[in-house]
Amino acid sequence: MTTNAAAAADLFAQVPERQSRGLFRDAWRRLMRSWNGRVGLAVILLTLVVGLAAPIVDPYDPTIDSNLAIARQPPSWEHPFGTDRLGRDVMQRIIHGTRISLLIGFVVVFVSGSIGTVLGLISGYSGGFVDWLIMRMMDVLLAFPAILLAIAIVAVRGPGLTNTIIAVAVVGIPGYARVVRSMVLSLRERDYVDAARMIGVSDAAIMFRHILPNSLSPIIVQMSLGVGGAIIFAAALGFLGLGIRPPQPEWGAMIADGLPFLRQAPNLVFFPGMAIMITVLGFNLFGDGLRDALDPQLRD
Amino acid sequence: MTQYILRRLISLIPVLIGVSIVVFALIRMIPGDPVTVMLGDRARLEDIERVREELGFNRPIHEQYIEWMGRVVRGDLGISIINRTSVARELRARLAATLELVLFGLLIGVVVGVGIGIVSALRRNSWIDLTATVGALLGVSMPIYWLALIAIYALAVNRQIFPPSSRIDATFMVERTTGFMLIDTLLMGNFAYFRNALWHLILPATVLSTTVMPILARLTRASMLEVLRQDYVRTAEAKGLRPRVVVIRHALKNALLPIVTVIGLQLGGLLGGALLTETIFSWPGMGLWTYRAILSRDYPIVQAVVLVSATIYVLVNLLVDISYAYLDPRIRVQGSR
Repeated sequence: MTTNAAAAADLFAQVPERQSRGLFRDAWRRLMRSWNGRVGLAVILLTLVVGLAAPIVDPYDPTIDSNLAIARQPPSWEHPFGTDRLGRDVMQRIIHGTRISLLIGFVVVFVSGSIGTVLGLISGYSGGFVDWLIMRMMDVLLAFPAILLAIAIVAVRGPGLTNTIIAVAVVGIPGYARVVRSMVLSLRERDYVDAARMIGVSDAAIMFRHILPNSLSPIIVQMSLGVGGAIIFAAALGFLGLGIRPPQPEWGAMIADGLPFLRQAPNLVFFPGMAIMITVLGFNLFGDGLRDALDPQLRD
Repeated sequence: MTQYILRRLISLIPVLIGVSIVVFALIRMIPGDPVTVMLGDRARLEDIERVREELGFNRPIHEQYIEWMGRVVRGDLGISIINRTSVARELRARLAATLELVLFGLLIGVVVGVGIGIVSALRRNSWIDLTATVGALLGVSMPIYWLALIAIYALAVNRQIFPPSSRIDATFMVERTTGFMLIDTLLMGNFAYFRNALWHLILPATVLSTTVMPILARLTRASMLEVLRQDYVRTAEAKGLRPRVVVIRHALKNALLPIVTVIGLQLGGLLGGALLTETIFSWPGMGLWTYRAILSRDYPIVQAVVLVSATIYVLVNLLVDISYAYLDPRIRVQGSR
C-alpha cells in the first residue's frame, strides 16, 4: 500500500505542474498582471496602512484640536495642506479621516452585500411568488434616485455614523440581489444542483453550499466597486451636514467646512476632495481589474 | 406593440404602489413623535395638534395611507409646514428649473460622451483613447459637489468667465410661461436674456453631465468595437462605402441601441447629481428646495420630491423600454413569450 502511494507520488512528481490552480488563483495572477489591478491594489493598501497606522503613530482627538493663532494658513512645510478655520492641520485631519471613510466603505459593502446576496439567493432559487415579491421590492428601491433615498433616510433618522451606514447600505442592496438572482437562475438548472437535490440535500444547503460559491465572482466584483460608491455617498451626506458631523474629520464634512473660505483658502476644499477621489479611484481600478481577471471573456 | 406597452404599464403598478408606501412610511420613520420633531421643542401645543390633524396622524395607519394616496393621485401633495404654501404648486415651479438643468446636462453628457466613445473605438489604444479612459475613471471617482466647487473657484471666482450661481441675472425680469428659462426668454423674443440664461446654465450643466459622460463614453466605445467587428460592417466597407458612411449609418446606428437603455437608467443618477449641483450653484430647483426643507425639517416637501423623482424615473424608464422595443423588434418578440 505504502509502496503504491509512494509510486503514485513519484509518478505525479514527474508530471509537469499544471498552469491552472483554480479560479481564484488564476484570477489573482491575471489581476496582478493588469495595470489597473496593480495600481488599484497599491492605492487600497496605502489607504489601509494610513488608516490603521494613524492612531498609533499620531494619537488624535478631534474634539480638542484647535489653535486659532494659526487659523487658515496656506500650505507650508509645516502644514503641507494648510490649516482650517480653527487652525487644525488639514493633512492630519485627512489622514485620520481615512479611517472613517474606509470603515463606512467596508461595513456598508458587507451589510448590503450580505443582505442583497441572501435576498437574491432566495429569490432566484424559490421562484414563483417569493421571487416576484422580492424583485418588486428591489424595483421599488431602485426607483428612487440613490442619493435622494439615502438623504431621505438620514434626514428622518438623523445624522451620525450608524444612520449613514444604514442609509448607504439600503441603497446598495438591490444591486447585489439582482446580480445574485441572475447567477442563481443560470446555476439552478445545472446537473450538480439536480444531483444534490436528488440525494436529499436541503434547499438551504444547496443555496449556500452549492450555488453561492459558484456565483461568488460577480458578487466580489460588485463589492469591490461598491466600496468606492459607498465612500462617495457617505461623503456627500457628510458634505450636506446629514452624515458624520464635525468635529470628526470626515472628508465630506471637511469640504463643507472649507466652503465659506473657497475664495481665500481653496486648499480647504481641494485636499479633502482629492483624498476622496484617490481612495475611490483605487477601489474602482481594483474592481475593474478584478472583473477582467475573474471573467477574461468580458474584456473588450 | 400595444400589447407590449400595456404589459409594461401593468407591471409598473406594483412598483409605484411600493414607491408610495416607502414615501408614506418615510415621515413615520422619524424616531419619537414626528410632529414634535418637525415643529421643534418649543412649538405650541395647539400647533402640534393642528399639524397632527393635518397629517392625519391620529387615525389608524391604513386609513392614513389611503387618504394620503387619494390626495396624491388628485395632485395634492400637502402643505409646507414652514411656509404654509401648497407643496404641489411650488414643486411645479421648481421641477422646471431642475428639468432644465438635468436635460441640458444630459445633452452635454450624451453628445460629448458618445463622441468620445466613438473616437476611442475608432482610434483604439491611441493617446485619445488613453486620455478618455483615464478621464472616465477620474470622472466616476470624483464627488460631483467637489467638482462643482473646483469649477466655481476656477471659472467663476478666479477667472470670472461664468456666473457662480442662479439661473439669470437678478435685474432681468422674465415672464414665466413654461418655467424653462431658455424657452421663456426665447418666447419673450429677448436674445440678450436668452444668452444670459444660457451662460448661467452652462457651468452647472457641464458639471452635472460628468455623472453620465464617463459611462456613456465607455459604453459607446465597447458597443462600437463590438459592432465594428460584425460582418455587415465589413460588407459595407467591402462594397466601397466611404468610412464616414460606414461608421455613422451602419455601425453607430446599431451601437446606439444599448446606449438608449443606459441613458434611462442614468436618469436616477442625474436627478441625484442635480440635487447636489443645485445646492452648490444656488440653482432654484427641487434639489436646493429639498436641501433647505431637510434642514428646516419640512418633511411634506421632502416626501413630495422623493415621490415625484421616483415616479419620473420609473416613467422615463418605461418610455426607454418602449422606444427600445420599437427600435429593436427582437425585444417585443422575446417579451411576449
